[in-house]
Amino acid sequence: MIAEQPLTRLELAPRVHAHPYWVAADTFVLARRQLRRILRVPDELVTSTLQPVLFVVLFRYIFGGAIAVRGTSYVNFLVAGILVQAVILGSAFTGIGIATDLQRGLVDRFRALPMAKSAVLSGRILADLVRSICILIIVWLTGLLVGFRPADSPTAWLAAIGLLLLGSLMFSWFSALVGLLLSSVEAVQQAFIVWALPLMFASSALVPTSTMPTWLQPFVNNQPVSLLIDAIRGLVLGHPDVAATWQAVVWCVGLLAIFVPVAVWAYGRRTAR
Amino acid sequence: MTSPVIVAESLRKSYGQIRALESLDLCAQEGTVLALLGPNGAGKTTAVRILTTLIKPDGGRALVAGLDVAKQGREVRSRIGATGQFAAVDEDLTGDENLRMFAQLYHLSDATAKRRSKELLATFDLSPAATRLVKTYSGGMRRRLDLAASLIMSPPIIFLDEPTTGLDPRGRLTVYAVINDLIAAGTTILLTTQYLEEADQLAHQVVVIDRGRVIATGTSDELKAQVGGERLDVTLTQGGDLSSAMRTLAPHSSGAIRTDVERRHLSVPVTHGPERLAAIVRDLDAAGVIVVDLALRRPSLDDVFLSLTGRSAADREPANAAAPSRVGS
Repeated sequence: MIAEQPLTRLELAPRVHAHPYWVAADTFVLARRQLRRILRVPDELVTSTLQPVLFVVLFRYIFGGAIAVRGTSYVNFLVAGILVQAVILGSAFTGIGIATDLQRGLVDRFRALPMAKSAVLSGRILADLVRSICILIIVWLTGLLVGFRPADSPTAWLAAIGLLLLGSLMFSWFSALVGLLLSSVEAVQQAFIVWALPLMFASSALVPTSTMPTWLQPFVNNQPVSLLIDAIRGLVLGHPDVAATWQAVVWCVGLLAIFVPVAVWAYGRRTAR
Repeated sequence: MTSPVIVAESLRKSYGQIRALESLDLCAQEGTVLALLGPNGAGKTTAVRILTTLIKPDGGRALVAGLDVAKQGREVRSRIGATGQFAAVDEDLTGDENLRMFAQLYHLSDATAKRRSKELLATFDLSPAATRLVKTYSGGMRRRLDLAASLIMSPPIIFLDEPTTGLDPRGRLTVYAVINDLIAAGTTILLTTQYLEEADQLAHQVVVIDRGRVIATGTSDELKAQVGGERLDVTLTQGGDLSSAMRTLAPHSSGAIRTDVERRHLSVPVTHGPERLAAIVRDLDAAGVIVVDLALRRPSLDDVFLSLTGRSAADREPANAAAPSRVGS
């Protein structure tokens, strides 16, 4: 019943490569783990897709008649906002997943391996980026079904998708950081509501910001989510907003430059207990 | 010829007000098994986490394979295998996928990872479950998979933190068998346990720790000698005469008899228990002491604790304050 075959010693030595090679290789190993899980436990994918899809359909028919948007239809206005919201919603699972791995002791095991440390974070985020692409495609197609008519410029679409992925990357790293700093999975979920909902809704996502109170407008018009939405809206509707676009890029890159090193630091510190 | 492979010198670690390790000294020779024996909260896990480079000590020094764990973490990690108290495997992957993933993270080629996973699954009796998701595994299967994951690289040094906690008897036997295989292969092992019996069965050297410090060290035979051989537990009938039972048992005892008045229970340390048992029963009978239960057992961690510290392993305070019902004789 016990040990059907005796334990053999492993003769083969590990492969030898430079450190950057291992950062990439370990990232791919962990990204593959993550993608397998996404396919196997589709709850995450369904939850993070269903909500944006419902938003597109519901808001298009509920607010579509009430909200007048200058120069275009409400559904055309709406889709850019929902795409960015979908990216933020999807990023919630980055932090939740990392908190779960911490809680289950899996991170301890990873840390006891002679692997690249940052790969635990970058692997997950790479997989989450792939998931984001799936979600964005589904939301885009849903938009088309309910009357979304993007401008006929595939180059601009690609630019919009690139910008969305940059945003996705930034929010995922932030979410990872939150997941590392808080003590439990529940706390990470609560925190998401606190940081994400104001950014998602006090933005140009659902209604033109000119309808909001004047005291709120400086925040709404200049916060990164609005800038990202304005930039993407401009690109998909064929009237690129150059100022919003470069500001969104600067925001994303700037915040990434902060979140990535801080998250890697927090990863080293968090498990050091 | 042996040499020390795991060494701890005055290790200290606090979490805020809680001093997990006061001053811990350890030394395990190459190719031997060292058991860290202690109750919950004694500092066993903290010690293992320091030795496996997961946390840094506040003071003191720890060497594994001659390397400083605080400064040469990467080198240490490539020489050790470690299994924590909870199975650290991915529930949403299969057993095979888990092992292959960890093997790849040890930087083995895909082909080697595949081969190694197959070997380990066979060794741990998990081949039939290789392609099942781990979340469908039993607790014992998860522990075995976890243990398999820490043995991917055949590390010369292995840390096992309570490897049998939560396992059924069969799972326990599998773990024992694997540990014996590892010993035969010359592996140095540090394991933690709450069971004296387990330390007795597996370890060459036992270190008893309590509140972050070593309170006894030696072979398990030496420890048992300190505790005083076996224990005879006697429970009297309702209204039974505790003091006459005590008088009868005193000549047979090799140390202090513990009594619990409420439960009418006596615990007597005895040497050569099996040979003396008949005489003890005769004497009790002659004295008219009526017994409802009589059992000879090997000393437990609790007995070691009582004889070393004067308090039960579960108590936070000395015995006289926390367990007033227990009176030494």
